[in-house]
Amino acid sequence: MSPIVTELPKIHYLNAAYGLKSWLLTTDHKRIAILYLITVTLYFFLGGFFALLVRLELMTPASDLLRPETYNRMFTMHGIVMIFFFLIPAIPAIIGNFVIPMMLGARDLAFPRLNLLSWYLFMAGGLFTLYVVVIGGVDTGWTFYVPYSSVYSNSYVVATGLGVFITGFSSILTGLNFVVTTHTMRAPGLTWGRLPLFMWSLYATSLVQILGTPVLAIAVALVGIERIWRVGIFDPSLGGDPILYQHLFWFYSHPAVYIMVLPAFGVVSELVQTFSRKRIFGYKFVAGASIGIAVYGFLVWGHHMFTTRQSVYAGLIFSFLSYFIAVPSGIKVFNWTATLYKGSVSYQTPMLYTFGFIGLFTIGGLTGLFLAAMGLDLHVHDTYFVVAHFHYIMVGGTVMAYLGAIHYYWPKMTGRLYPDAWGRFAALLVFVGFNLTFFPQFLAGYLGMPRRYAAYPEEFHLLNVMSTAGASVLAVGYLVPLIYLLWSLRHAPLAGPNPWGARGLEWQTPSPPPTFNFEKTPIVTDETYEYSLEEEEVV
Amino acid sequence: MSESTNALAHQFDDLEQQARSNTLGMWAFLATEVLFFGGLFTAYVVYRHAFPEAFAVGSKHMDVVAGTVNTAVLIASSLMMALAVQSAQLGLRRPLIMFLLLTMTLGAVFLGIKAWEYHHKYVENLVPGVNFVWEGPLRNQVQMLFLLYFIMTGTHALHMVIGICLLTYLVLGARRGRFSREYFFPVEIIGLYWHFVDLVWIFLFPLLYLIGLHL
Repeated sequence: MSPIVTELPKIHYLNAAYGLKSWLLTTDHKRIAILYLITVTLYFFLGGFFALLVRLELMTPASDLLRPETYNRMFTMHGIVMIFFFLIPAIPAIIGNFVIPMMLGARDLAFPRLNLLSWYLFMAGGLFTLYVVVIGGVDTGWTFYVPYSSVYSNSYVVATGLGVFITGFSSILTGLNFVVTTHTMRAPGLTWGRLPLFMWSLYATSLVQILGTPVLAIAVALVGIERIWRVGIFDPSLGGDPILYQHLFWFYSHPAVYIMVLPAFGVVSELVQTFSRKRIFGYKFVAGASIGIAVYGFLVWGHHMFTTRQSVYAGLIFSFLSYFIAVPSGIKVFNWTATLYKGSVSYQTPMLYTFGFIGLFTIGGLTGLFLAAMGLDLHVHDTYFVVAHFHYIMVGGTVMAYLGAIHYYWPKMTGRLYPDAWGRFAALLVFVGFNLTFFPQFLAGYLGMPRRYAAYPEEFHLLNVMSTAGASVLAVGYLVPLIYLLWSLRHAPLAGPNPWGARGLEWQTPSPPPTFNFEKTPIVTDETYEYSLEEEEVV
Repeated sequence: MSESTNALAHQFDDLEQQARSNTLGMWAFLATEVLFFGGLFTAYVVYRHAFPEAFAVGSKHMDVVAGTVNTAVLIASSLMMALAVQSAQLGLRRPLIMFLLLTMTLGAVFLGIKAWEYHHKYVENLVPGVNFVWEGPLRNQVQMLFLLYFIMTGTHALHMVIGICLLTYLVLGARRGRFSREYFFPVEIIGLYWHFVDLVWIFLFPLLYLIGLHL
């Protein structure tokens, strides 16, 4: 596909400077992306470790491996670490940081020092959370519902809350940086209508980060104030309203679902075109759907509260709007599928993850419609049906796309390929392990198994054994890429600037790219993704 | 001219792009701030709707005179800030430093009066979580008003302190002659921040101090 490369570029961003200081004080977006890659990966395996303990406990109906109090801490730590320290930063802070300036033809983000500050805030928040892990954990669930979190819990709520609060600012500043960069740093000729779809997705994500995260920050801060000074902002025994907390929390945390999944949409839009060698079907609709999801995402939070005393009319409206948000998501799925039609599809590792994403996200999205129906939600609320649903979105969707993106951009990041056979094997393992883990949870949940309990009735035993077995396969599926990607750093063949034959400015610069990305600022003269032109030339 | 070249960060092509980026960045940050305070204002609306009498009664214990004086002080500081921005745009160094210092002084006066008010509340046993004592009915509901009062004005005061730090940074820069007619956007965007913080107070003042007056 591309000419055989025999040597790396002489000077690139990895060898431009050496030493710990050159990394810890760097303002190069690519180096900051690598810092995020290392730390976020550590958090991913930490969160996975908690999940493994949860699954091991649930292998038997009785609460025998962990005491119920310990179990509560394990699933809480799993949720907090995975959501705030893996899913939210994963694609924006690693992949986004690395490729956004290159996609735009810029030397760096608009605010490189702010970018580094984001990473330090992320680390500071992460260290608070690690500190909590070491001294005994937190048991409120990742939602910090009051008054349990503010009055009754005996675990380390304030320190965890502080960790989330600080990390939130990292997320806000990253979003702010991306929004400004998209507005002001585009290369000449790169109009909004020519932006890569990954850019549209991350732009939409950043808007949600800027507008949603501060509300979480203030909600968590108020919980902290209530807990420290023993005053009643949300505590009903002191006149407070716990439902107000839920409104504030979900005003952020529902849009946060889109912070986690919109970047995945962007990745899939890129990969599906590269590996079917075809321009996306309906560029404007896919781009517009990202913005639509970001906007409507702010109007559906009440569907997390159907079982509270939220008024039934509010419930109806939230239910209707929740159905409505399926429209832009559906547009995307149909357009990706339509792009494959008559494309020249190749089944390399990133594409396998893309296929996995499309299938699993569709199941996750459709079960989301079940849950948006108030009547059915009352039946399956707080059961494993909900757990399975959001894992199909978060793990089946976001993690799949993240792994696809890592495999896709790995040659750009490191200058080297990886063993594709191993990659395809791992992708298959992840897909099988994932379904074995989470499909039985739909069944268990529909039959009435509640979430957040260490023990359960005998009748759910078989389904839980399947789920735990699947989780083990999934764990292996995640470890295999870790091994061969690290191996590839030294031993794999060189990739060259554009191993996939992909369009886009990021593939026009050497791999690994020089510190300022381009020798001279590129000028964009044609539409994005003109794959058909290339084929005509070949003919 | 050499000043301007030094001011250009490596990732930008020209000062115009840099100024555009920084201004947009500040506006985006202010959007975040609106939502941050928005959470508090939402809480205020919910509880005032739930406990209208308690909020009216409690509001009578606010020091309206101090609040009014502080409002005037802040509006004056905003004027000084606007004059500072204008001086920066015209490249007038001495007036720039003078107006920045005046802005800071008025900000400090505001914080001083605020501290005096807090002290007064402490003496009157009206600080929730520390020494709140309320003999009459609706104790919890009145406490909610004072809680919101301290959280909202406290958050606002914290923003003022950050603002004064930013102004100090501007003064130091101005004394070294960093700003010119071509390069003044740091003054402009910190001015945006300062005006925003003032604007928050314009909402806080009637909501906290004046609602009891018509009873």
